[in-house]
Amino acid sequence: ITEICGAKRVGYFGPAQFYIALKLIAAAQSGFPVRIESIKNELPLPRFMALKNDGEVRYGTPAELHGVKFQTPHATSEKNSYKRTDEGEKQEPKSPPMSPICSPPASPSTYQRIPLSYGYGKSRSGLEQQHGGPYEVRHSTHQQDGSSGNYGAKPALACSTLNRSLSAEREQPDSSAHYSDDPWRITEEQRDYYINQFKSLQPDLNSFISGSVAKNFFTKSKLPIPELSHIWELSDVDCDGALTLPEFCAAFHLVVARKNGYQLPETLPETLLPEYLQAASLKPMRDCTLFDSYSESLPGGQLTRDFSRTEKASAEEVPDNSALLQDGKKEDKQALKVSTALKPIPKEFQHLTVKTAAQESNALKARPRSRSYSSTSIEDTMKKGEEPPTPPPRPQKSHSRASSLDLNKIFQQNTQAARSVWLPPPPPALPPRPSVSQTEQVSEVELHPQMNRTPSQAEENGSAKKEVVLAQPPSKPARRKLRTETQGLETPELSPTINVTSSLPAVKPQLPVQKQSSKQKRAIQTAIRKNKEANAVLARLNSELQQQLKEVHKERIALETQLEQLRPVTVL
Amino acid sequence: VLVGLICFPPQNYPLYIRSVPTENELKFHYTVHTSLDVVDEKISAMGKALVDQRELYLGLLYPTEDYKVYGYVTNSKVKFVMVVDSSNTALRDNEIRSMFRKLHNSYTDIMCNPFYNPGDRIHSRAFDNMVNSMMMQVC
Repeated sequence: ITEICGAKRVGYFGPAQFYIALKLIAAAQSGFPVRIESIKNELPLPRFMALKNDGEVRYGTPAELHGVKFQTPHATSEKNSYKRTDEGEKQEPKSPPMSPICSPPASPSTYQRIPLSYGYGKSRSGLEQQHGGPYEVRHSTHQQDGSSGNYGAKPALACSTLNRSLSAEREQPDSSAHYSDDPWRITEEQRDYYINQFKSLQPDLNSFISGSVAKNFFTKSKLPIPELSHIWELSDVDCDGALTLPEFCAAFHLVVARKNGYQLPETLPETLLPEYLQAASLKPMRDCTLFDSYSESLPGGQLTRDFSRTEKASAEEVPDNSALLQDGKKEDKQALKVSTALKPIPKEFQHLTVKTAAQESNALKARPRSRSYSSTSIEDTMKKGEEPPTPPPRPQKSHSRASSLDLNKIFQQNTQAARSVWLPPPPPALPPRPSVSQTEQVSEVELHPQMNRTPSQAEENGSAKKEVVLAQPPSKPARRKLRTETQGLETPELSPTINVTSSLPAVKPQLPVQKQSSKQKRAIQTAIRKNKEANAVLARLNSELQQQLKEVHKERIALETQLEQLRPVTVL
Repeated sequence: VLVGLICFPPQNYPLYIRSVPTENELKFHYTVHTSLDVVDEKISAMGKALVDQRELYLGLLYPTEDYKVYGYVTNSKVKFVMVVDSSNTALRDNEIRSMFRKLHNSYTDIMCNPFYNPGDRIHSRAFDNMVNSMMMQVC
């Protein structure tokens, strides 16, 4: 196959060679002779043994005796064992070790396949890390489901990212065999990372990032503007000029994929749809689904699985892959996807969730709030996901993160300020304090216990926060975000203050906690008070800044209009 | 049937051109550019406050080519000019209007993209897809 596709001739697997090779693999697996003509047939996707999974080994079709296949299982088993070990560590950069493992089996295509799966480092690595225990389970489950869908685009993309993947990424492919086949599926870690990035731009997870803010942020990724424009087009499904959290995750994911060499899809993959991502974020199960339903365009990070998908010649087609879930609907599928994905994933996800939660608690994230956030609840993995075990792959965003530190501070302030007005559907009007607290309480139940603290404190800051909230027309008051922030800060005080928070009437920095007489509680209360005062100050500052921001926006729009008018007439 | 479509900003340079290649493209461009004058005429004639959502150019009908040129102006003075073959009598006014409305919506979506600078050529794939589907539909 290697010879036929021309890889031996040119000395490497370029995209064309790779596609041909995969097609030939499929042909061989289907029993067709391995010839150039074979690729003209309509072939099922080639099946590759998942490196990581024992379950995937099942998929290694015994029928086809192609050399590649033989080697693939070999590599697979090796990888599997290796991966298992790694799972415990939860470290990303498995890919380098994996590569050597893969090489022995080495038909060149096999070897190349494996690195390809690494290619999709960012998304996968996190995912794979966490797979650990559930890995087997997942694999078995997903194997059935996922094998078909996800690989398509990946092989194509894998080629391009081969070098890159070898150097950079985590191993993703293995574990994600079911999930990660699809480069368009957001792994747990990636999602956490995206959420953190979102928070750095906009503390309120329920709110959205304005176009200009997002533009600056994504411009830092150094992708060409037309590509960024296309990414925006894909991810901003409601075309409102702003990115909600799922939209932001999708956009970020596309940027990551593009930086890793994956071609941008023509339409948004199912797994990146906001509804899908939102569902996923709300439910851990859904997350699993996300991974499964990715199918679309993950550029073949996944090893064997990806190869089987390789049938798709280009990444562009990936979105059109039938994939695991529904095909092609892109925009409206997510309901289907979610349901479909849920089935195979539940088990895995639970494991994953647990793992993620654990990881999050140990996360390296500096933000105190995120830490506390993640530690508090396990179910809300997505929300908590502030502390990915390892910073998501593409550090291309690292600079943005650094640059957004100020934003972080500001948003933290905002968060604290806005907590008071947190309401599940953020209305523009300030809710009355008591209702806020009640709402908070309700929300607390839904969210973390930390949230509770926020409302109480929010109330303290009360008016200031409300102003802040009002002052953020473009972005909903960072209710959840603020809450998160506050929670993070308040983590130590969380438990004692929870009760107090709910009953907090309004304004009084004094938390009702007082009942407990322990010194610790008093100390906590003191800390709470101080934090609340700080919150008030920050909230006021935030409101002022928001006002300034609005004014600047207006100025900018005026200037742009003027610029348009002054623009010289260009010849056709 | 639908020969082509050109989109102009207020400065009257084309932002987006789509035409059926079988036709004489130069003639198509010429037709559209001359129709711009008529559009500007109508805009100024309409007056200050009233901005009609839609203009219909049934009047611009060349005896020889039998083209119908339709125009549409948005609130921000962005003009869409569509050239339709007169032989297609099935295209009714409402259809033209709906097509312009779709164009306008797609244009708005493009505007929402922060990476799009007003006045740039339109490279949006979504916009292309929409125009393609429209042309398919008409043909």
